[in-house]
Amino acid sequence: MSNEKLKLDVVVSDIVEVTDEIKRFEFQRADGHAFPPFSGGAHVVVEMDDDGTRRLNPYSLMSDPSDTATYAISVRRDDGGRGGSLYLHTKLKQGDRVRLSMPNNLFSLDRTASKHLMIAGGIGITPFLSQIKQLKAQKGRLGTAGKADFELHYFTREPAKTAYLADLSDDAAVSLTTYFDNEDPDRDLTGVMARQPLGTHLYVCGPKPMIDIVINQARSVGWPIENIHHEEFVAPQPGQPFTVELAKSGLTVDVGERQSLLEAIEAAGVDAPYMCRGGACGQCETKIIACDGTIEHNDHWLTDEQRASKQAIMPCMSRFSGSKLVLER
Amino acid sequence: MGMVFKDETFRDDYSFSNSPEAIKRFPFPFDKDSYMYAVNMEPHTPVRAGSVYEKSFDVDEHYVSEMRDRALVLADDPLRCQSLPHMTLAGWDLLELIMVAKAKDYPDLFTLHQDGDRWHWINRPLGIDDTFTFGDETTLPYGPMEYITRQAQGDFCVLDQREGNLWMDAGMVTTQADWSLDFDIGMNFFEWHAPVPLAHELGIFQRALKFLTAVQIGAPARRLNWTMTVNPLLDTSPENYHKWGIQKTTLTSENIGTKQHLRVELQSFWRLPRSNALVFPIRCYLISLQDLVSQPKWGRRLHRVLRDLPVELATYKGFIDNRPAILEYLSQFDDGAETSLGTWPEDD
Amino acid sequence: MTKTHFEPSIKSRPVYGVLEARTGSEHVFVANAEGAEAILDVAKVADKDFWSAAHIIYVPGRSGETFQAALKALGAPKFYVASHISSALNRLVRSLEDCRMGTQFYLTGTEGLMGQAMRDIMAAGISHMSIQTEHRGSLARRVQCVHCKGIAEDVTTDPYQCPHCDLHLFVRDHYSRRLAAFQAVRIDAEDHGNVPPAEEVFP
Repeated sequence: MSNEKLKLDVVVSDIVEVTDEIKRFEFQRADGHAFPPFSGGAHVVVEMDDDGTRRLNPYSLMSDPSDTATYAISVRRDDGGRGGSLYLHTKLKQGDRVRLSMPNNLFSLDRTASKHLMIAGGIGITPFLSQIKQLKAQKGRLGTAGKADFELHYFTREPAKTAYLADLSDDAAVSLTTYFDNEDPDRDLTGVMARQPLGTHLYVCGPKPMIDIVINQARSVGWPIENIHHEEFVAPQPGQPFTVELAKSGLTVDVGERQSLLEAIEAAGVDAPYMCRGGACGQCETKIIACDGTIEHNDHWLTDEQRASKQAIMPCMSRFSGSKLVLER
Repeated sequence: MGMVFKDETFRDDYSFSNSPEAIKRFPFPFDKDSYMYAVNMEPHTPVRAGSVYEKSFDVDEHYVSEMRDRALVLADDPLRCQSLPHMTLAGWDLLELIMVAKAKDYPDLFTLHQDGDRWHWINRPLGIDDTFTFGDETTLPYGPMEYITRQAQGDFCVLDQREGNLWMDAGMVTTQADWSLDFDIGMNFFEWHAPVPLAHELGIFQRALKFLTAVQIGAPARRLNWTMTVNPLLDTSPENYHKWGIQKTTLTSENIGTKQHLRVELQSFWRLPRSNALVFPIRCYLISLQDLVSQPKWGRRLHRVLRDLPVELATYKGFIDNRPAILEYLSQFDDGAETSLGTWPEDD
Repeated sequence: MTKTHFEPSIKSRPVYGVLEARTGSEHVFVANAEGAEAILDVAKVADKDFWSAAHIIYVPGRSGETFQAALKALGAPKFYVASHISSALNRLVRSLEDCRMGTQFYLTGTEGLMGQAMRDIMAAGISHMSIQTEHRGSLARRVQCVHCKGIAEDVTTDPYQCPHCDLHLFVRDHYSRRLAAFQAVRIDAEDHGNVPPAEEVFP
């Protein structure tokens, strides 16, 4: 949630070029205190001041969860996006200060699993990096979850664009299979899925088409939905500007082309709840009081029923076109 | 602070009692003259110096005796403390949370030295001085959850978060309001609350689950719950109900003021960072009716709340048969005067 | 006897569905008595080659020979008639070691049989939500005395007397998947000796 007291003031302690499109940003706390440890798969929301536009983008932590001195994220430059990754890549410098949310985990390992089958596409590798570090540490010590075995399948375009390829290949603890042909994301993984021992959980993180393919393949060989987990890294997409009325606050707010509804609400000085900013966690769900027009629902949270009845909107991802939208905020 | 720990019992001769200071700081749960279920969560942040809400994990005059009672319960029935195999990491999270908080909040009672994974823990009231390796179960006499919750008042439920639900997969439960960890372990949020009447229909548990699954690191929440207990019996377990159930029939107009207790649970909810589990401490406070009515506002209000409580709730909370006697006693202390909003006794 | 209708109850009380043939690499059926009829109902709609990947573990119990020939005729390469639920469960647990993801599980018959098989399959890492169940036959319950922890099989009356500690217990709908049992609590705890007559409510 937007609890200001919980924000972490940090200094950019290092910026490392990982590939020609991916940079790693390392942070230390400005007050010198330790970070809380976190669980593999957790993300933080990075708060940026991009020339007067306040951006809050979620990124998976990819550092070692037990390292309380440094948090790190890896970000791929998205030239067609709204600017969050461009800001990080081109403007942020070592020594700059930014704010992070506390870590939240919407892509946690299921610790009841007998084995973890990880499938990453491109920059979707990041949550797995922290999970793998945590699993390796536990194998040694923390928790009797040492029984948990894992294997990683990693899809990218070519070795040179594959973040952390050398680290992963050199790590004897990581069973890694790479696929440098994600132009053809329809590669058949059903054989891999079908040979997994009972109790294996599957995790997939990457672009949406890849997630859909992996889930469909797993279902086609009889995997139960309860053993399949996914995280889509999505940013709100630009769109046509629109206007929204906030009934409780008594404000009318314009939402710009490169701004999300949630960002516009925040820019108007209204405190609104949020957690993932990617349409997955449900925290920002806001009641619709009146709607004359069409909601572009871009979230994964609301049911088709809720969408059809125009009851609620997820302002972190969704947009509106029409003559009147009034929200209970 | 020089806290004095009482030597008292919660069984047999029931020598438990509250000092005048403990009565003043009792967490009276009713902020108005009626009661119904609500998702009454608030941030677990310090309120009022000296109150039970001041510290993360309240330590009071009953600490040493309550820990002795817990050890007796566990000696009789080790199934009161269980942790499914995937919950060990969460146990370490809990151990860290409690040790760090107690050492900070009560430096004269507890000390923690951390040197990397090498930890040194001193608990002066219980005479414990242990050095161990964080994360290595073999360096502690019990698993991490059991070790630390033998040193912390109240029950602890450690909930795994999966599939958008919370699962009761570990716990230390010896001061419970009539539910069994051994039976409920492994259940999800809706299942272990299944026997609670009315609240499911009100959507209480759906809203509570949405709130709880979003509790963040460093932002604990709390709420109060309550019931009525005859005798200051901490271990009102289903396991022993065949023994203690009959005590409910021992109330008389002479003994009701000292025998009948209001039982209040201070429940808090904490995100555990390494495991992403949630810990749900349930701290039990007991007060006799006689002590409770020493605060006039509380006497008036408890009378009105119990009088107007729906039958289903009085039945579920197990005092439907004793309600007339309790009301008769409390009515002496209800002069019909207005009561102020809020729970603090002196705000009258 | 067809699928049983249960009145709505509390959220911990299991609910059962109707078995359907699903996509999977192997199909493991565990059934007792009239549960055989639920398997035969699946056979009415499933492809013939569905059974070539099936494993049927069947405890006839009170149904005796009635369904055994029909079940055998389905042609499952692994077909086992168990003399008792305990021997069926032993075979199930051993089989789980060889199962791979993609195996489908189908449980049918009494609550005690389904509950114990589910407990063992869950222990192998499969969520109870992805295990299919269909109730057939007796309503008898598997019950745990909350006081002495003793399990009583095939309880048909409420209240019943615990065969282990002799207390008279009432049977709740509160159910533990981990114990595969309903909870039972002393009925006369607040009025010793006042035990109402037992009624056969789980025939």
